[in-house]
Amino acid sequence: MSYKIIVLIKQVPDTQNITGNAMKDDGTVNRAALPAIFNPDDLYALEAALRIKDEHKDTRIHVITMGPPAAGKVLKESLYRGADFTVLISDRKFAAADTLATSYALKCAISKIGAFDLVFCGRQAIDGDTAQVGPQIAEKLGINQITFVSKIEHLSKKEITARRSIEGGYEIVKAPLPVLLTFTNEHYTPRPSSAKKLMTYKNANFTTEESEYDESYIENKNLIKSVQTLLWDINAIRANPSQCGLEGSPTKVKKAESVLLKSTSIKLVENNEKAISAMIRELEADHTIG
Amino acid sequence: MSANNVWVFIQQDNQKIAEVSIELLCKAKELADQLHVETNGVLIGHQIQEEAKKLIPYKVSEIFCVEDPRLKHYTSVPYTKIIVELIKKHKPQIVVFGATTTGRDLAPRVASHLKVGLTADCTDLQIGDHIVGNKEYKDILYQIRPAFGGNIIATIVCPETRPQMATVREGVMKITPLDPHHKGKVTAVPFSLEEKDFPSKIIEKILEEKTVDLKSAQVIVSGGMGVGSRENFELIRQLAHVLGGEVGASRAAVDAGFVSKPHQVGQTGTTVRPKLYIACGISGSIQHRAGMDQSARIIAVNSDPEAPIFQIAHYGIVGDLKEVIPLFIKVFKSKN
Ligand SMILES: Cc1cc2nc3c(=O)[nH]c(=O)nc-3n(C[C@H](O)[C@H](O)[C@H](O)COP(=O)(O)OP(=O)(O)OC[C@H]3O[C@@H](n4cnc5c(N)ncnc54)[C@H](O)[C@@H]3O)c2cc1C
Ligand SMILES: Nc1ncnc2c1ncn2[C@@H]1O[C@H](COP(=O)(O)O)[C@@H](O)[C@H]1O
Repeated sequence: MSYKIIVLIKQVPDTQNITGNAMKDDGTVNRAALPAIFNPDDLYALEAALRIKDEHKDTRIHVITMGPPAAGKVLKESLYRGADFTVLISDRKFAAADTLATSYALKCAISKIGAFDLVFCGRQAIDGDTAQVGPQIAEKLGINQITFVSKIEHLSKKEITARRSIEGGYEIVKAPLPVLLTFTNEHYTPRPSSAKKLMTYKNANFTTEESEYDESYIENKNLIKSVQTLLWDINAIRANPSQCGLEGSPTKVKKAESVLLKSTSIKLVENNEKAISAMIRELEADHTIG
Repeated sequence: MSANNVWVFIQQDNQKIAEVSIELLCKAKELADQLHVETNGVLIGHQIQEEAKKLIPYKVSEIFCVEDPRLKHYTSVPYTKIIVELIKKHKPQIVVFGATTTGRDLAPRVASHLKVGLTADCTDLQIGDHIVGNKEYKDILYQIRPAFGGNIIATIVCPETRPQMATVREGVMKITPLDPHHKGKVTAVPFSLEEKDFPSKIIEKILEEKTVDLKSAQVIVSGGMGVGSRENFELIRQLAHVLGGEVGASRAAVDAGFVSKPHQVGQTGTTVRPKLYIACGISGSIQHRAGMDQSARIIAVNSDPEAPIFQIAHYGIVGDLKEVIPLFIKVFKSKN
């Protein structure tokens, strides 16, 4: 038994470790000061796919990312961990895409790859924390989805059973394939890169030669080293420019401010019985306590 | 007249209306008043009309109810289909969903189908104008949310597409008083669904009993990294106990194992707005403040006079919490 799995990953600025110079004085983010990393939840999505491949060797994992050429780095990291094929979707016309335009471009890329069993996404990307792109793609592909998946309980060619994290607990959901899943960072602790794969792929380059996606071409082992990452532009995925990038994005950022402390008039209370007692009396007087 | 109204997706779990949906009905009414329109709810489930009626006093003009035994539990595909069709038919100008695992599963599918914008996990909604070049958009929805790990507050607008859609974080919108005399109606909407509309089956649903109730607590005593140990955290519990309050915590305290995750307050924890919030040994990071800065009164206890928490506190006690808390308890007890 084998599966064809498409994993969607994103390169993101490391917003979880924001240091002093990451915010500019005008309140905007200095993206250059933030290291670009593999979106954490997406590593869990990839790991979930790799575990399936561990069990079913003929499984093929196709990793797609949309982003600038520098995002090729996370594709290589996917290859080091065990992905089979990677595709970078990159074009100036995709710039400034919101989640709707992003999901459209990714849906076009998935359609080009053709029939699949499963699409795996991260729960959310830490640059926007929206958790929207996965479900938006599922709707555009006309397939079912299971979001916030912590763990796959059972998988067959016909259907999947997954544990979905919900508020205060979980639910077990069964769904036929094909289906799109989004993963939380609970169960599938990512494996490290394999040193052997790293040596194999570290000099792999993008190729644009093959504008048509042809698995037999990629499966040819002699070509694998140089052709592991395909680069597709807007024409290659036959996307309609009016639905891409800024033009295809209905949401606009009106304003972005860095978080400022609202200063309240603070009352300093001495660390002694009398002062604390006075404070408590005030809080009782205005019905805050008691 | 139902066109152009403000809509709320009413979430039900086991035939019980989610708190966040009520919060949103209150906010929707405020927005609708500014826009001179009305509020509507959409409630999908099984045998839920009685619950729907209870929502009318939140000043809702009409609730659309779609009932089917197969809709008892939320699943993505049929719920999306129903909401999409109702939106196409009635053309609301705004549709909001709670930013729960349900709302965040459903809203993006609906927005994707309708090709409209959607803003995730908003913490505020306002009505205002938007000018680009010489084009002016009057009375559109400002969708306000933290971004970049909480370091930025962004205002997002969708000037061109309708409806304007957002998911809204639980606990941030205030519940306003009921109006028992409000005139509104519950409309059962017939909807035909086929077996293929139900690809997902919920086999099992396990909910742990809620042991911590931060959202409805009037008083919250929270401990942070400064508490120092699991044993010291007992002090926080004691103070919470004498004040009749609930125990909260910063993420650092949770990560350090002083207390369990359901106690966490903040961006990735619970958003609270109690009458009194006592922060002990908490520095006051952006992510922590995001979940508690709307508290009516804040007392900060911290040994570092420069700790940022003092900038939002109403009362500040500079000192070691291991001394301050026992003193607080002693003084409070002696008065009662
Ligand atoms: C994406 C993201 C989401 C996050 N979400 C959350 C969230 O939801 N909630 C949250 O809380 N954090 C969250 N954080 C973490 C947050 O950035 C901080 O790391 C965390 O809030 C710090 O907790 P703290 O104030 O307890 O610890 P510290 O920052 O270490 O502060 C400890 C404080 O205790 C004081 N202190 C030490 N000893 C004593 C003593 N004996 N008596 C009195 N005071 C003492 C110190 O002066 C210091 O101010 C998030 C971070 C990220 C990146
Ligand atoms: N540009 C992108 N390229 C590939 N996958 C993406 C991209 N943006 C989002 N995704 C996928 O969608 C998930 C949710 O992203 P978001 O909706 O931005 O929080 C991510 O974890 C990825 O799996």
